[in-house]
Amino acid sequence: MKNPDSDPVVPVLALEGVSKSFGAVRALRSVSLQLFAGEAHALAGENGAGKSTLIKVLAGVHRPDEGSVLLDGEAADFSGPAAARDAGVAVIYQEPTLFPDLSVAENIFMGRQPRRSFGRVDHRAVNDAVAALFARLGVAMDPERPARGLSIADQQLVEIAKALSFDARVLIMDEPTAALTGSEVARLFAVVRALREQGAAVLFISHRLSEVFELCQRVTTLRDGALVASEPLDGLTEADLVQRMVGRTLDELYPKQDAEVGDVALDVSRLTREGVFTDVSFQVRSGEIVGLAGLVGAGRSEVARAVFGIDRFDAGHVTVGGRRLKPGSPSLAMAAGLALVPEDRRAQGLIMQMSVERNIGLADLKASTNAGLVSRRAERDRAVDWAAKLHVKYARLSDLVGTLSGGNQQKVVLAKWLATGPRVLIVDEPTRGIDVGTKAEVHRLLSQLAADGVAVLMISSDLPEILGMADRVLVMREGRISAEISREDATEQTVVAAATGAVVGVGGTS
Amino acid sequence: MTASTTATAAEQPLMAVTSPRRLIDRVLRMRELAILVVLAVMLVATQIDNTSFLSEQGIKDLLLNATILVLVAVGEAVVVITGNVDLSVGSVLGVTAFAAGDLLRHGGNPVLAIGLAVLLGAGFGAFNGLLVGLGQVPSLVVTLGTLYIIRALDSIWVGSREITASRLPSGYKTFGHDGLSAIPYLALLATVVLIAVGYFLRNYRSGRECYALGSHAQAASLAGIPVRRRVMAAFVLCGALAGLAGALYLARFSYADAGTGSGYELTVVSAVVVGGVGFTGGSGSVYGAALGALLLTSINSVLPAIGVSSVWVEAIDGVLLLLAISVDRIVALRIAGLLRSRARQARSVIDG
Repeated sequence: MKNPDSDPVVPVLALEGVSKSFGAVRALRSVSLQLFAGEAHALAGENGAGKSTLIKVLAGVHRPDEGSVLLDGEAADFSGPAAARDAGVAVIYQEPTLFPDLSVAENIFMGRQPRRSFGRVDHRAVNDAVAALFARLGVAMDPERPARGLSIADQQLVEIAKALSFDARVLIMDEPTAALTGSEVARLFAVVRALREQGAAVLFISHRLSEVFELCQRVTTLRDGALVASEPLDGLTEADLVQRMVGRTLDELYPKQDAEVGDVALDVSRLTREGVFTDVSFQVRSGEIVGLAGLVGAGRSEVARAVFGIDRFDAGHVTVGGRRLKPGSPSLAMAAGLALVPEDRRAQGLIMQMSVERNIGLADLKASTNAGLVSRRAERDRAVDWAAKLHVKYARLSDLVGTLSGGNQQKVVLAKWLATGPRVLIVDEPTRGIDVGTKAEVHRLLSQLAADGVAVLMISSDLPEILGMADRVLVMREGRISAEISREDATEQTVVAAATGAVVGVGGTS
Repeated sequence: MTASTTATAAEQPLMAVTSPRRLIDRVLRMRELAILVVLAVMLVATQIDNTSFLSEQGIKDLLLNATILVLVAVGEAVVVITGNVDLSVGSVLGVTAFAAGDLLRHGGNPVLAIGLAVLLGAGFGAFNGLLVGLGQVPSLVVTLGTLYIIRALDSIWVGSREITASRLPSGYKTFGHDGLSAIPYLALLATVVLIAVGYFLRNYRSGRECYALGSHAQAASLAGIPVRRRVMAAFVLCGALAGLAGALYLARFSYADAGTGSGYELTVVSAVVVGGVGFTGGSGSVYGAALGALLLTSINSVLPAIGVSSVWVEAIDGVLLLLAISVDRIVALRIAGLLRSRARQARSVIDG
């Protein structure tokens, strides 16, 4: 590995004193960053620290207000994403950006399709190239299937294949592993390492700090849009990194309180939805946090959706507080005291074009309704109350919820459902893609809720979160509950083994 | 290459993917096939009822009636594929028909007249494209505005004047009526345009980019696709084809006045939707749109031939429209279900 501190190597891509503002918000303040060939560089920082803006400057989406982007030491004025791409900068964004109506292969080569005579697209060459890419990534996906209907993990794999499809000199990845299983992450890292060894520069963002240490050599930390430090990872610990990110020591990421376990609040019995999940039975008692673990695609979210009445089920029944729920009716489920905080907050949890206060009030409009009319004032009062309770950071309550950072959006979704005063709370990936500080706050909140007698069912792909928060762990595998593990017996090995069906526990690769 | 270094991690048993593509392809192509079947059944049934229906002249009339709608529907389909809509096509057709007629009756060259109509139409299309691209306003609203503006300009310019058969050169009228036995020249022209546009959309980068940006506009700009330029091009093409259709309308009917093409935009949009071009953008084909146009115009001929009052035409068009979108929705759900189960199988093979 090169050592850029003593070696006057010119960085492949660099930022020099870059500032960028959106209206009154200063997203980046005089940030410098240097990406060297053959080096994997981590970008750390809480949500809202400016990481996404920084990436978009590198990718030619945003132009810096001040400072410059340097390509091989020369000022590069990327006129747009195409210019950055042509310069060899590949970006995998946090939110997959696929065209649902087009084939997977077309998605990967859009705008760069190989051509034959008269400038015609060579469809066969496109498909062959993608099949080869998939083989290299170890992905079993038909290049000619449409992108519509791909799971988030599969969409992410297509994005990765897209970045690999042109021999990128710089590979930028914004949370590429959030939706991937252990074996998929391992495969991705192998490919990234290979690219790096060939001389590509890598910029990697992940909230999973262990991955940062596994993959990267240097780390740059941002806080509130400003540079905190840019240093080699060697000799740093996770705690050091967290401290740089949040500017304070983080005493407890998993503040688990003791709670009195009461009666059965949620009883799911032999629930089956053909081809999706089979014979799923479990109970959650009040005061209890039950973790639901498993690989992406094991059917966890689908069970939650069926319990809440969004999807129908073919057999079995759901009982809340002793009363059997009528299937297929979310409004009755809500009336019975059930709340579901969905996995995809942007698409399912929030209405992005509505204000913070209206979003908070949405699930329980009745509370602020008088004689059939919604009282804006009552809505606002309740929103102020809940936003304060959950420490939501916002400029004004009337701001669109889409302008908040990811962590704050998640708090708004939580506020919206907590406002209904649920007896049973189902949270699906409650901390995906949110920063360490907010994560701890969400955990504290869940713990507090359980202490107050709420039954919590927590679906999560974040193993430390499951192990740290759950009183009991249910593991799903291929649509069935494959194990129920007590808090004492739950370890990475036992959970992973149950999730993958592997006899040898560690690693998750089967 | 990387293959050697990644082989250890990447070498997983890659499942032989049994092509779900073929099935999906078939279902998707079925959309066009379904219209073809409906059309064929309808025509055959009518022929059995009224044996003079599919005479040489009968076929010629069917094709002639469809030609103009097919041309405009092809242009409209391209705009709809980009996720937009152009409602001004009826007005453009009207004003270009009159402009071509005005040139011809003053002794102008027919080729020049058609060229003028196409250019004029392209100009209006560019105007639409500019407003949609610059204003970031939904094209439905923008083109509703230009629909009225162009119609008003047309009315002011034309006034109570009209172009009649006696003022048009006979060669132009012959071009509008005759053909190679049962195939009219106009239909040949429309077929050439249809195939050219269809081939372009399928086989050229910019054509594929039209589908991409209709499918997900934000992703398109992140992929470096010049979104505004492509949308502009789609509107220009749509306008140009509406202009061409205007000139051919004049050749076919030998008549144009200030009301020509009024309300035509709704027929065009119906044809496109019946033809399976998704109104949300990104899906469908110009072939489907052309078949949709052929189906709608054929109903106009079929009903009188079997002795049904033509007052039923619009109701039947409406039913077809609703049927078409219901079928699309059901097919979309079925495909989604199919893909899910396939993906599940693939995944369980990999992870298991």
